[in-house]
Amino acid sequence: MTTAQAPGKAVRRFSLKKVLRESSVAQGLFLIGPTNTYLIVFMVIPLILVTVLSFLSRGTYGEVVYKFSIESYLRLFDPLYAKILGYSLLVGLLTTVLSLVIGYPMAYYIARAPARQRSLYLFLILLPFWTNFIIRIYAWIMILRSSGFLNSFLQWIGVIHEPLNILYTPTAVLIGMVYEFLPFMVLPLYTSLEKIENAQLEAAADLGAPPWKAFLRVTLPLSVPGMIAGTILVFIPAMGMFVVPDLMGGAKTMLIGNVIRNQFLTARDWPFGAAASMLLMFLTMVFTLYYTRKAGFGEELLL
Amino acid sequence: MSDFAVELRNVIKIFPTPEGGQVKAVDDVTIHIKQGEFFSLLGPSGCGKTTSLRLMAGFEWPTNGEVYIDGKLMGRTPPYLRPVNTVFQSYALFQHMTVFQNVAFGLEMEKVPKAGITRRVEEALEMVKLSGMGRRRPKQLSGGQQQRVALARALVKRPKVLLLDEPLGALDLKLRKEMQLELKALQEQVGITFVYVTHDQEEALTMSDRIAVMNKGKALQIGLPVEIYERPNCRFVADFIGETNFLSGTVKKVSKEKVTVFIPALSMEIDGIGHGSFSAGQNVAVSVRPEKIRLADDDGKPVSGLRGTENLLHGKVVTTAYIGSDTRVDLDLGHDVRIRAWEQNDISTLDPEAYYADGDAVRIYLPYENTLVLPEDVS
Repeated sequence: MTTAQAPGKAVRRFSLKKVLRESSVAQGLFLIGPTNTYLIVFMVIPLILVTVLSFLSRGTYGEVVYKFSIESYLRLFDPLYAKILGYSLLVGLLTTVLSLVIGYPMAYYIARAPARQRSLYLFLILLPFWTNFIIRIYAWIMILRSSGFLNSFLQWIGVIHEPLNILYTPTAVLIGMVYEFLPFMVLPLYTSLEKIENAQLEAAADLGAPPWKAFLRVTLPLSVPGMIAGTILVFIPAMGMFVVPDLMGGAKTMLIGNVIRNQFLTARDWPFGAAASMLLMFLTMVFTLYYTRKAGFGEELLL
Repeated sequence: MSDFAVELRNVIKIFPTPEGGQVKAVDDVTIHIKQGEFFSLLGPSGCGKTTSLRLMAGFEWPTNGEVYIDGKLMGRTPPYLRPVNTVFQSYALFQHMTVFQNVAFGLEMEKVPKAGITRRVEEALEMVKLSGMGRRRPKQLSGGQQQRVALARALVKRPKVLLLDEPLGALDLKLRKEMQLELKALQEQVGITFVYVTHDQEEALTMSDRIAVMNKGKALQIGLPVEIYERPNCRFVADFIGETNFLSGTVKKVSKEKVTVFIPALSMEIDGIGHGSFSAGQNVAVSVRPEKIRLADDDGKPVSGLRGTENLLHGKVVTTAYIGSDTRVDLDLGHDVRIRAWEQNDISTLDPEAYYADGDAVRIYLPYENTLVLPEDVS
């Protein structure tokens, strides 16, 4: 073989292209890189920070003192916080159940609508997201307050004579929460309902099932994955919500989300806020894990 | 008990199209299906056969006309109140249930006691050779096995009529052939009326007691397989069932069954059998099946076994295809007219002289009794 390369000049330069072409490990890392970077920057690092923070203590002036302490966790055992946690859990569950009850017929209707109307309905479901969340909550305040649209209307048609006191009650909080999270229930439900072939329902009818029985025995079981996915998507953020109780619940409704926010922004007790966050995360996780073990993981979550 | 398991009387079904128009999926169809019969609805896609089946099942209601099942007028009776069951083209098995639960579903709807359900489901699974598969999920079964589950699920209800919508369409050829025989045997065993929708003419001929050939929403001909094949009543039926050669022409003379047709393309007259009424001047199609044509070398030597009533044509061999049992010979009659003949290879020989070759000049005999004169369309 005649050598064309000058000796000493065969410097092997690193080439990303070449490595990517030849190594499947490199290909994998390259492809998953952006996702991993995102997760590390926005989830793993903040999580570590919060965990570390929760084991530190608070200085006299609200600064963080770098001294190990489990004081913050011990304070969480105060019955006051247990009550707030229990209440948050209740509101979270109620929000989820109400979203399911209201969202199911909506999703069912959309899934059974003619194909051309479906995209319109889905668009309408997503439309509110184009407006700022706070503005939408204020819109609800306008509707619900004593001299708001709802009371004016009800008084005008003569259903009531005194304005209903809805705003700044737990009912208002629930209305706001269900309003906010409903799309997260409707979309996965729609996905699983839409996948049910018409032939399945025809088969049920053919085998002697009247419509309501076909619904119970075929449609409902086949939409379970969507129900699970929707439940998870609603329950987890509902547990940590603080804006809605703040604005619509007045001072009366305190959820764990409000406690955490107050520790960071008002009371300036970051370690305690961090510990409360950890507890919330832990409880949500236990709850979700137990639920998915029981009911199966909603594959619609992945779609 | 009525003589007929299913009757369609002057049934019309009109669907709206998305463009705002209307389409007549079933156009004035009258069919009487006898008790215990294996009856096929045969036709190309879009001919209305599946819609006809869905009208029997109750998934659709007729725009006009009546559907009777076992002598009872169905009207707008919903599917769950009809004594019929369906095997769907896609099987439509319940994916969230086991095989056992799938088959049990229909019995649970009838409120059959639990012990009865278990026994009957097991019997049904045994009948379709799926014993012991009850705990599997449909997805864990092969296409053929899923097909059997669909069959068991419908048959376990002991319906008056079993409706089958191209049930073998998704299976490969070999399995399909096996299932055809099995289905036929099963039907004879259970004695239930089967209404079978298919676009496969061979399948229909193999399995059916009677066949309705459909096209464009109309039932063109209803009859025994042999009638459909040997005595098609119009050009479409002759064309759709099996292979045939057509020569277009006009009726010259009619004397009883014998119809003389002038073929302009060949400038000659051909005698054929006309079943039904024909009148001089009418446009018709002359149909001769390729296996019924007799060929002989064009060497002037006498041909044995002729009756003297054959139509004689002259032509040239264009191509031949040897397929074992017979040789398929494409012939040019001149004037751009081509026909195809199948010569049975009834003598075992390697001698190339015994077979027709490209370019051979041949005499083509169209036996009068095998030459059918058909109307272009049934009215």
